[in-house]
Amino acid sequence: MNGDLITSLYVFVLAGFIGFEVIRRISPLLHTPLMSLTNALDAIAVVGAIIMAGEGKSKLATVLGTIAIVAATSNIVGGFMITDRMLKMFKTSRSPKS
Amino acid sequence: MSSFFGTGTAIELTYLAATVLFILSLKWMNSPATARRGVWAGEIGMSVAIIGTLLNRGIVDYKWIAIGLVLGTIIGVPLGKVQMTAVPQRTALSHAFGALCVTLVGTSEFYLRTPAVPRFTMSVLSMEVILGSLTFTGSLMAAGKLQELLPQRPITYRGQNLVNLSLLAVAVGVALYLVLHPDHALLFPLIVGIPLLFGVLMIIPIGGADMPTVISLLNSYAGLSAAAMGFVLNSKLLIIAGALDGASGFILSVNMSKAMNRSFSNVLFGAFGQEQAAVATVDGEARTVRSASAEEAAVILGAANKVVIVPGYGMAVAQAQHKVRELYDALSKRGVDVKFGIHPVAGRMPGHMNVLLAEADIPYDKLLDMDEINPEFPQTDVALVIGANDVTNPAARNEASSPIFGMPILDVDKARTVMVVKRSMSPGFAGIDNPLYYLDKTLMLFGDAKAFVGAIVRELTGSQSA
Repeated sequence: MNGDLITSLYVFVLAGFIGFEVIRRISPLLHTPLMSLTNALDAIAVVGAIIMAGEGKSKLATVLGTIAIVAATSNIVGGFMITDRMLKMFKTSRSPKS
Repeated sequence: MSSFFGTGTAIELTYLAATVLFILSLKWMNSPATARRGVWAGEIGMSVAIIGTLLNRGIVDYKWIAIGLVLGTIIGVPLGKVQMTAVPQRTALSHAFGALCVTLVGTSEFYLRTPAVPRFTMSVLSMEVILGSLTFTGSLMAAGKLQELLPQRPITYRGQNLVNLSLLAVAVGVALYLVLHPDHALLFPLIVGIPLLFGVLMIIPIGGADMPTVISLLNSYAGLSAAAMGFVLNSKLLIIAGALDGASGFILSVNMSKAMNRSFSNVLFGAFGQEQAAVATVDGEARTVRSASAEEAAVILGAANKVVIVPGYGMAVAQAQHKVRELYDALSKRGVDVKFGIHPVAGRMPGHMNVLLAEADIPYDKLLDMDEINPEFPQTDVALVIGANDVTNPAARNEASSPIFGMPILDVDKARTVMVVKRSMSPGFAGIDNPLYYLDKTLMLFGDAKAFVGAIVRELTGSQSA
């Protein structure tokens, strides 16, 4: 457990740095789609909810896990959909108008 | 216990693939040209991780999982189809859903493991449910304010900060006790319930103008709570996704705070709108403004070489963005160089104004952010302000007594002529008078943004065909 913990902390810190470096470069132009995209990606928490709901360890875990799946899935579906809808609208004046 | 997520190498490899795709997804977001590829990368990564989880785990019952996935999709599709003006409240709502998921998983994890929860696990689990619960109700409140189901005005009372901080302190205290005595399961509901209340109380004193910062901050909390969940479940994928989301929300909140010249603590504990109301009444001196008709405005705009349009949220409220596009087309056709100057807090969330203008088919290479456009104002013939107020207020630059002093603004007053489309002389969202309106070079165009811009467009296109 202790080794796992240390590894996890390394992973967290390094991922935080990657996040800062990658996201710092994103222009304010796309900050709204960025937020809806990170929101969808964050809903990867659904994997935890799936295990909770599917392992059948307790009734409570099944019920709460199922509600958690609903919440996360709606973020995944809605988040990716709206991000793509927004990005589709961004066109340059240099390309032919549709 | 450590193998909760990681028995098979195969499953870990699908998670690793998902991690790579998630990072690429964000990397591709740095340009509109590659951004849609970023969405696909995210979708593939998500699918890989979910399928991997479904196939490889000791899952005994798929019925509830299927029901959850189907119900979630049914709720998610309409949330993916909302109007662009409603994106901020949709985003706030999705922060609430994300936080709800994390809180529920954390709660069931606790009840599965109690009474023997290792101290470290209990610490991160507490962080997960505390952050998750306060983000859940906080985001619901933010969504309610943005949707105008709740009053936008900040609600304050004496000792508010003390009450809020004490609540949070109690929750943290209980969490610490649980770390030492994880068998006292009766106390657990407190570290869910108190933060739920705290989330509501935290947003009550925050005004509508501060929403961009608050949404970003809640985004960061949602990410951090998901990362904490990753620690509890020992899932590297979740830790990474949560850290990326947390970093993103943090960067955006810092941007927004800077754009408003405020610190985090000021946003959270300041109740901005309330303060302003008191200041606004001080300046009662009568000053004259010059106003102009649509015809006069059209003549000046048509004769200009360079026009910068400064849109604010008022433009979106008036649904004027399509008329603004027509104005852009009409002026561009005459050879006028038209650009848009976008303040970071022009919308109700970071980048919102760009989305609203892109929706109206305005090319994104004409949308310039504050730092890019400000050096261009001295060479600009006409700065046309539509539905923006405080972000153009020169008092922020030169009146140390102004409540918005120090806030970075768009330097529209440096253009040769300034036109302001506005309903009336009433002060803006923050309730501060704007000296810009009394300058000799400023023309006030009184009226509804959509109708007035429409009238200018008619003048411009009409006179051309005649």
